Amino acid sequence: MSQRIWTLFLMRNKEFYRDKGSLMWNILFPFLIIVSFNMIFNNDQNLYKVGVVDTINDGTSALDNKPVFFLETKFIDFVSFHSIEEGLDKLKHHRIDFLIRPASKQYWVNTPSPKGYIVEKLLAASFTNKQSGFEKQLIVGKKISYTEWLFPGILAMNTMFSSLFGVGYVIVRYRKNGVLKRLSMAPTKTYEFLIAQILSRMFIILLSTIIVYFGCVVLYGFKCNGSLLNLLVVFSLGLFSLISLGLLIAARSSSEEFAGGILNLISLPMMFLSEVWFSLEGANPWVIYVSKIFPLAHLVDASRKIMNDGAGLAEIKYHITALIIMSFLFLTIGSFLFRWQKT
Amino acid sequence: MKRPILELKNIIKDFSKVRAVDGIDLSIESGICFGLLGPNGAGKTTLFEVIEGILTPTSGQILYKGKPRKRRFKEEVGVQFQHTEFPHFLTVKETLMSFRNLYKHKADLDYLIETCYLQDILDRDNRKISGGQKQRLLLAVALANDPDLIFLDEPTTGLDPQSRRHLWEIVKQIKSNNKTVILTTHYMDEAQILCDKIAIMDLGKFIAEGSPKELLITNNKTNFIVLEGDVDKDILVKLPWPWKRLRGRIEIYTNSVNDCMKILLEMDIDLSRISARAQNLEDLFIKLTGKELRA
Repeated sequence: MSQRIWTLFLMRNKEFYRDKGSLMWNILFPFLIIVSFNMIFNNDQNLYKVGVVDTINDGTSALDNKPVFFLETKFIDFVSFHSIEEGLDKLKHHRIDFLIRPASKQYWVNTPSPKGYIVEKLLAASFTNKQSGFEKQLIVGKKISYTEWLFPGILAMNTMFSSLFGVGYVIVRYRKNGVLKRLSMAPTKTYEFLIAQILSRMFIILLSTIIVYFGCVVLYGFKCNGSLLNLLVVFSLGLFSLISLGLLIAARSSSEEFAGGILNLISLPMMFLSEVWFSLEGANPWVIYVSKIFPLAHLVDASRKIMNDGAGLAEIKYHITALIIMSFLFLTIGSFLFRWQKT
Repeated sequence: MKRPILELKNIIKDFSKVRAVDGIDLSIESGICFGLLGPNGAGKTTLFEVIEGILTPTSGQILYKGKPRKRRFKEEVGVQFQHTEFPHFLTVKETLMSFRNLYKHKADLDYLIETCYLQDILDRDNRKISGGQKQRLLLAVALANDPDLIFLDEPTTGLDPQSRRHLWEIVKQIKSNNKTVILTTHYMDEAQILCDKIAIMDLGKFIAEGSPKELLITNNKTNFIVLEGDVDKDILVKLPWPWKRLRGRIEIYTNSVNDCMKILLEMDIDLSRISARAQNLEDLFIKLTGKELRA
């Protein structure tokens, strides 16, 4: 038994690492995303952009001499304009959120703009000096850049695509071109074949993820605030669950087009609803509820908690349990439905 | 008579409303080459897959070495399918070794390489070999477990004449090692050269069974006299034997060549482009099934 699993494991590994295109894509794709996003978001981003219009007689900008309390507000990017027309044009097109001319004590706000509304409130608040009655408390938390927040999500997303398409497509191709039929005539048992596929894919994806992880650590100084071993455990569980889902999808089909459609149908919503790119905080409750049926959501959340917040396994036991249950379900149903040849 | 290695008892295989295999009884003794012939759609591949265990028969019994097939059946048989690819990016040697490693009992690697003439292509990517080389690799994979019983499904289809003869030599060598071979083929010359016994199958049933020689004798050995060109129909109708006009030639079916030649001479027919031959398996096949083999 072990010899057959080992043989099938080696066969699949050789197929993967000798396919240069597939190998490079699996490693380069997450790198490219991280590099691109780091280039886009590497500067501290202010929350609001406010245009300030005023031309003083001596030619200096309004920003140079008006010590208006509002103009000292943090996290607002004040942009100077020399003409009202120029400022209004930018405001009309939502390139800025608010426009103010301190000299004439006028401001303009674009009615549909939520940010403009907030800035208007900030402006109003800057002229009042009332005490709110609330006591101010300070906390200090380590700042996490968007790219650092994104990093575990990108690793998990790459894992998802490699698992679903790497396993799903390959098994469907094997079935279509007769490789599975041929293997079925050897004394290979279904579970031996499935175990070999899972182990091979896990080995390949974990290895490429580790390369990408340490590559980004070297390039951008990303840190894992929790234990690397815990991160490895979570990624292994996530991988196992996603590969099992890939096996389930590929259990019977012999059409690459059909399998591709199903894989896209599952992977795209899973990517968008698993907080890879953006947080679902504030989304409709049913969206958050639906997102929990996806293994990727648990993998992303658990790995972020480890990497960004330094969480231990006990703190993410909900995600671990969910991943184990999903793996068990996917694999059991997938093995039951699995067919060696075209139906 | 040697003990049968394989016995089929009233095998039936239905696909919804279609009966693909209809009550086949068969006994194959060990050490022979058995040929399964039939037109497309006759049920050969279905029968093959039922015997191999890929399909479950609707009814009937299959005995291997006198017992129902169990796990050891897969350990002891070798199969070459008609259309099979191998996992990509493996060399010929890696492919062969990988499949060999799936079995407990393994054939000697050097023997496989030598028998199937793979020496020169061992390091080549299995996707970059010719059709003949691929068939030889498929055959080597089928022999990877040193099987007692080997299934070859149309092993020479699509090969050039040289590659076909190459493969025939390999099959002859396998037979000489006292292995049992069951093959399907569309080539009657192949069946005549390789097979000790054949069965002609049509519409899911065996319509003739025996050695090629027996089949030709029992099915009224006829000779064919072929006249190239055209002959007036009024003359031909006077012949006492059946005849047929076929694409630019006339075929006369007779078991008395001398008499036929004599009559044709008397009719003053030009015999400068005449040929005569004995009935072969292909003629018999068409006679029995009413279908061209390579249609």
